[in-house]
Amino acid sequence: MASYSTNEFKGGLKVMLDGDPCSIIENEFVKPGKGQAFNRVKIRNLKTGRVIERTFRSGESLEAADVVEVSLQYLYNDGEYWHFMDQDSFEQFSADITAVGESQKWLKDQDICTVTLWNGSPLNVEAPNFVVLTITETDPGLKGDTSGGGGKPATLETGAVVRVPLFVQQGETIKVDTRTGAYVSRVKEG
Amino acid sequence: MLASAWRPTASFENLRLRSNLLQAIRQFFQARGVVEVETPVCSAAAVSDPALDSLSTIFTGPGAASGKRLYLHTSPEFAMKRLLAAGSGPIYQICKVFRDGEGGRYHNPEFTLLEWYRPGYDHHQLMDELTELVRYLFAKPIDVRRLSYGALFLERLGIDPHGASGTALRSHAIAAGVAGAEQLELEDADGWLDLLMTHCIEPNMGPGMVLVYDYPASQASLARIRPGPRPLAERFELYLDGVELANGFHELTDAAEQRRRFGFDLERRRRQNRPELPLDEHLLAALEAGLPDCSGVALGIDRLLMCMAGADHIEQVLAFPIDRA
Repeated sequence: MASYSTNEFKGGLKVMLDGDPCSIIENEFVKPGKGQAFNRVKIRNLKTGRVIERTFRSGESLEAADVVEVSLQYLYNDGEYWHFMDQDSFEQFSADITAVGESQKWLKDQDICTVTLWNGSPLNVEAPNFVVLTITETDPGLKGDTSGGGGKPATLETGAVVRVPLFVQQGETIKVDTRTGAYVSRVKEG
Repeated sequence: MLASAWRPTASFENLRLRSNLLQAIRQFFQARGVVEVETPVCSAAAVSDPALDSLSTIFTGPGAASGKRLYLHTSPEFAMKRLLAAGSGPIYQICKVFRDGEGGRYHNPEFTLLEWYRPGYDHHQLMDELTELVRYLFAKPIDVRRLSYGALFLERLGIDPHGASGTALRSHAIAAGVAGAEQLELEDADGWLDLLMTHCIEPNMGPGMVLVYDYPASQASLARIRPGPRPLAERFELYLDGVELANGFHELTDAAEQRRRFGFDLERRRRQNRPELPLDEHLLAALEAGLPDCSGVALGIDRLLMCMAGADHIEQVLAFPIDRA
């Protein structure tokens, strides 16, 4: 695999650090006028999501990490793994809970997710920014209330709980922003 | 490429600030009888300092039919010392200098330096004048602290930097929480001192001016070394609000010692597998002819402007930084 020197470090570059795939966030060049040059790097461990700082001697290199982002279709969950498919090659991938993490509560079969692959295995799964899900349970709201003020909790078919306006009823389908977990709108069936 | 990449990165307010600053510097030195000079940017010789890398170009023309390599100066020091040796008296220069490999928040490979020399001054007298200049340019009182390199390390880190081994300094860096210090491979104790200075001391330097003087002899560069039980380099640096702004020397005038230091530099470059460089024989000849006892200092104009403008990236004070050049 290729390697990158500190001169090539920039935001988004994927490198191996201490055996883990990482993404560079920030690279600061630090050098006394008459002394040793350093690169102070902010880097995200893609396995743990943790951001750490690390200082390198300018000119040092890190091995490139074989990390790619692909769009995969979510198929099903077998109780342990979440299964995805590349719609062009039909290649299938299975992701564990570490990779799926918080996204699991938004995953509905056939949705297209952004999956980060490291050496061909899912490292991280991002749900689509917006998902359309059916409400399986919510208290009946007051008739005639269309203001949307106040709101109430609603459980969705995937198990996620979001706040919805009072007029939204059980069995209805809604659009949710997965980045904030916020209700966006009702979706008319058909 | 960005559609707006043709535009300057500095605001016109900061470009005006630069214009006013340059005028104020010239007034300051004019009033003191220091003469402005210009020396060549391109030189047949290169600086040997292992911490600096020169850019180079090729001149083809009369006397150089098949092309002659010329090095862009990293500071006008060598040529200005030739003027001093020839009897110029006090001189200053404002010029563009060039350093390969340097780019970042506080670095652009091409930047503006103010450099001046005072015959008869030692480094403390020049620190006095530097302080007066900075206060004059800011037109307000600024707190100044002056302390030795040893006192600074002792005060901030509880370390005596002189004579500490690389291994001991590495442990200090690890204890101080410098991320990655465990894995760093640095050539010598000076590398570790640089790490501690840039990562642990500079960020906590605080507001105002801090003048640091009497560096380890191993970091003398072109400063004279004061003999004694613990020889120290009569070198100083100015930090303003924690930003390294100026570097000065009570200048080495001994030609033989200068040649010896050049030799060490070249040896070190060879060890690091870096290209061979032609030494500045004109400078050595000037020192042999006699450089008057003097002190000199170089101050980064762009960083000074950053401090004045409250900028947090050098491109905010440059019309066109390297990626738009």
